[in-house]
Order: sequence, then C-alpha cells, then structure tokens
Amino acid sequence: MQGLLPYVVRRLLWAPVILLAVSFIAFTITRFGPGDPVRVAMGQYSDPAALERVRHEEGLDKPLLQQYGIYLKNLAQGHLGESFTYRNRDVAEVIFPKIWVSARLGLVAMLIVFAIGVPLGVFAALKQGTWSDPFSIGILLFFQSVPVVVSVPLMLLVFVLKLHWLPAAGWGGVFDSRIVMPALAISLPGIAVVARLTRATTLSVLREDYVRTARAKGLREFTVVTRHVVRNSLLPLVTIIGISLATLVEGAFFAEYLLGVPGIGQFAVKSVQGRDYNVILALVLILTTTFIIANIIIDIAYTIIDPRVRYERQRLG
Amino acid sequence: MAVAGEVEFDSERPSRGPLALATRRLLRKKIAVAALVFIGAFYFCGLFAPVVAPHSYTAQNLDTVNQGPSLSHPFGTDSLGRDMLSRVIWASRTTVVVTVATLLTGGLVLAVGLGLLAGYAGGKVDTAIMRVGDVFFALPGLPMLIMVNATLGARIRGMGWLVAIEKALRIEGFPDYVVVFGALSLFAWVGGARVIRSQVLALRETEYVTAARAMGASTWRIISRHLLPNVSNIVIVGLSTSLGAIAGTEIALSWLGVGVQPPTPSFGPMLFEGGSIRTLQANPHLLLVPGVIVAGLMFSFNLLGDALTDVLTPHAR
Repeated sequence: MQGLLPYVVRRLLWAPVILLAVSFIAFTITRFGPGDPVRVAMGQYSDPAALERVRHEEGLDKPLLQQYGIYLKNLAQGHLGESFTYRNRDVAEVIFPKIWVSARLGLVAMLIVFAIGVPLGVFAALKQGTWSDPFSIGILLFFQSVPVVVSVPLMLLVFVLKLHWLPAAGWGGVFDSRIVMPALAISLPGIAVVARLTRATTLSVLREDYVRTARAKGLREFTVVTRHVVRNSLLPLVTIIGISLATLVEGAFFAEYLLGVPGIGQFAVKSVQGRDYNVILALVLILTTTFIIANIIIDIAYTIIDPRVRYERQRLG
Repeated sequence: MAVAGEVEFDSERPSRGPLALATRRLLRKKIAVAALVFIGAFYFCGLFAPVVAPHSYTAQNLDTVNQGPSLSHPFGTDSLGRDMLSRVIWASRTTVVVTVATLLTGGLVLAVGLGLLAGYAGGKVDTAIMRVGDVFFALPGLPMLIMVNATLGARIRGMGWLVAIEKALRIEGFPDYVVVFGALSLFAWVGGARVIRSQVLALRETEYVTAARAMGASTWRIISRHLLPNVSNIVIVGLSTSLGAIAGTEIALSWLGVGVQPPTPSFGPMLFEGGSIRTLQANPHLLLVPGVIVAGLMFSFNLLGDALTDVLTPHAR
C-alpha cells in the first residue's frame, strides 16, 4: 500500500477546491434564473419601496461575489437558504428527512442490483459459447435501455391496474410493499452494468492458472466457482459502486415523483417545476459532496481489498 | 455466416483500409445490423419528418380525441385529437437534432479537441484543461443539467439571433434545441477528453511520432495524420456508446419541462402525459406508442455500441 497516504491526502486536499468551484458555478447559474424571487415571494402586493427593502434585507442588491460570500458563510453554519415553496424554513430542515427516505430506497435498490447482477454475470460467463450467455445479457441490456419514465408507468399499468398486485403509490419504509416498484424501477438500469462487468472479470479469472489447478485437484465445479472464481472476480465491482450510485440517483428523480415517494428525487422534480432554485442548488451541492466522498472511499477501499493496486502519481480528483 | 473452410483468395481485390474491414466485421453481426436498421429508420423519419409525417404535429381534431389505433391513425390520437404517428415522427426529429448536434459539439469539438490539446500540448495547458474537467466531472449530471436549462434556458431562448436562425433554417424550436444540446455538450465532454488525452500521451512517445517530428512535420500534420487516425476507433466507440445517454437525457429534461418546450414535440412530454395514472387507465396507447419507440431506440443504441466496441477495440474484450 505504498503511496496510499500521500494519495489520500492529495485527494482530500483537492476535494474542497472542487466543491468550491462547483458551488460557485451552481450559485452563479441560479442567480441568472428567470423571474425575480422577491417579486414572486411578494405576490400581488408589490409596493416598489417594499420590494427594494426586501431585496436589501435578503442581500440581493449586492454584487454577485458578495452574495456568494454570504451564501458560503451561511453554508458553513449549516444553512442552505430559504425554500420558496416551504416558506420560512431552511432548505436543510426540509431536505434531510427526504434524504433519509431516498437513502433507504437507494440501499434496497443497490442490494437488488448486486444480488441479481452478480449471479447473472457469473452464470453468463460460465455459459460462454452457449445461447444462454448472450440471451441473459441481452435481456439485462434491454432493461437498461428502457428509461425510468417508461418503465414506471408500464409497471403501474401491469401490476397495479391490470393485476392489482401492488398499491399504486406511497411510501411506508423498507418493509412495505410500496417499496417494490420504486426499488425495481431504479435498480433495473444498473443490473446490466454489474452483470456485464462481473461476466468480463469472471471470464478472465476462469483463464487463470489457479483455477486450472483447482480443477486438476479434483475439486467439485461448485467449489471451484464459489471459492476460486467468484471471490476473485468480485474485486473490480467495487469500482463501479460510484457509477451505480449515480444511476440510482438519476432514476430516483422520476421513480419517486411518479410513485409518490417523499424522497429527494420527488422533491427535486417539484422544485424544478416550482423554480425553487435554492433547493436545486442545495441538491447539487449535497450530491457533489456525496459523490466526491464516495469515490475517495471506494478508491481507498480498493487498495485495501486488492493490495496490488497502487496510487503513485496517477490521476487526481 | 460464411461456410467454414470456404476461404476466399482474391488477389485482384485491393487491400482494404481499417475502416472498410471494421464495417465488414460489423455487418456480419446480425444484431448490429438489426440495430442499425432501426436507428437508420428512426433517423430517416426524423430528418424527413415534414415529408414522412402524414399530418402536422399541431393539427387538432377534437372529434377524434383519444382514439386507439385505426386505419386512418395507425398509432391512435392524443387528448387533443392529434395524430400520434405524426407526433412520434416529429418527436424523433427532436431526438435526431439533439443527438447529432451534441455529438458534433460536445463529442467531437470539445472532447476530441480538448483531449488532443491537453495530451499533445502538455504542461500548463494540460493541467488547466484537466482541472476544469475535474470540476465538470464532479458536478452531478442530471441535477446540473436541469438547473442550467431551467435558469439559463429562458434567456437563451429569448436571444434574437437564435430566433432569426430558426426562421432562416425553418427548424421549429431551434432555440430549444440549442439550449438542450448546449447544456449537454457542456457536461458530456469530460469522459471522452480524458480517454483521448491518455491515448495521445502514449502515442506522443511512439517512434513514428518522433520520426515525423524529426523530419520537420508540422504540429497540425502530426495531429491530423498520426494522432487522430490512432484515436479514431476510441472516438467512434465512445460516441456510439454515449448516443443513448444523450437521447435519454433530452427526453428526461423535456419530461421535466425544462428541455424542449411545447408545441415542439419531444418524447419527454409525450411520456409525461401518457404516464399519468388516469391516462394509463383509459388510453394506455398514449404511453405505449412513444414508450416502445424510445425503448427500441435506446436498446438499438446499446446493441450497436456493444457491437462497435467488439469490432473496433478487440483487445478490450
């Protein structure tokens, strides 16, 4: 694990710089939005003097850089700005309970992705050369191709309206039948990615000498696959957890909205429709932070799981 | 499939270039050909929408509202009595314009241009480009695209010269297209640029580039004759695999109401209307028609991308 510590330090030092740049870009963009937030907030009542006063109180008449400075200062104190839709409440107050909902949904979806993707990937690799390999991968690829905005209504049509198996919408926690559709909808696109990577790594492991040795020893095929093949082919999967996370988040935007799950995805879509920029800005910052931290953890975890990986002077960021 | 053992020896035939060989290998894959046919038909309909579509996308007939498929309207009609077949054909035009424009600007100009520049120039230029890339890479794609489209979209749409181009080119919704593909290109280039840069870094040290430089070849000649041809396979594979994501993101943005605006048709709003539970109950064809076509297109893009990866980068298998 040579070079790991300097690498981690470099990554950790670089992360705030990226976050600062991201926050500045995102902040600047929100200030170019159509419509004057103050005018929207005041509604019918629009006395020019009052508008001016509110604008001054909110600091909206200051230059952009100064406004950004104020935003950063508030951010450091845990304030993400006021939501337009939830008057007088800080975005942070509204957003964190929603994140908790989405996090549980995402965790269940992630479990589905790996629980289906890994066995299918190993299966496809073992069946290479037969029809079941391209067939199983092809089906997964098809599921990956169906956008969530299509798959969710389709599920509603089949499971709710025709078969009456599931309730239409809502949220009742992880152990509630209402989690089935959103979890499936956001996990389906990711399964193909995991299965195909597992297939590729399994195929390369199958050619290794130690697999031939294990077979030559007379071990049962099951033991060879579980002990020697799968254990080694799972390592690279760690690297795509980050990508799967991104897929899940994007899917959650649509699935949560369509299925009435009170998570950040639904919140984001409603905020877009209501042009509630403070919420979207907060979401961008939270997601960026999450992904940066997740990627650093994944990279470090990878060196611990597979000590052959070294980070000398490769890439930053 | 050629019969085994029947090897052709045709000395008369001139030797084939790598592109011709790759094309031939691609056309031998039945699945790839099927995907190509679907994509080709889709792009043909999109490009020649004014000729192909039987009706205008705005032509309403309130006597024939929400009809199922019939002889006069093969895909039925929507809630305003508009012909769904024509709507789908015009919506495919949106997908065609956005994917092609994003490929050209974000894929070719930005990704290839910046990747080549960073890799070949090195030093400060390289650092600057890659650090900016790090920031863009850290920005969460979908939320950021939503924000850019929602805030800057209105401003860009209002620009006089864009409206003038719209009138001159007779492409309805041209400013919308610019908003969507502009934002997409802005965020789509980083992955491609990184891959191309790393390739160029390796190629720069090869003997033939050194030899070319020693013979006094100009930078432009080295780039166009030695570097570009060697990264072209990676570029083609990268572009083909990102096509589905680009088309899908446009649909997602328009679904959210921040992409292509009505009356310009897009699959996004069509799926949004078709996906509500009441529409599903009464008129499932409003979801199924655009849904099946979009899923088919995404599936074809994925299959083609796979086939191209196999054909052009065989060592990566």
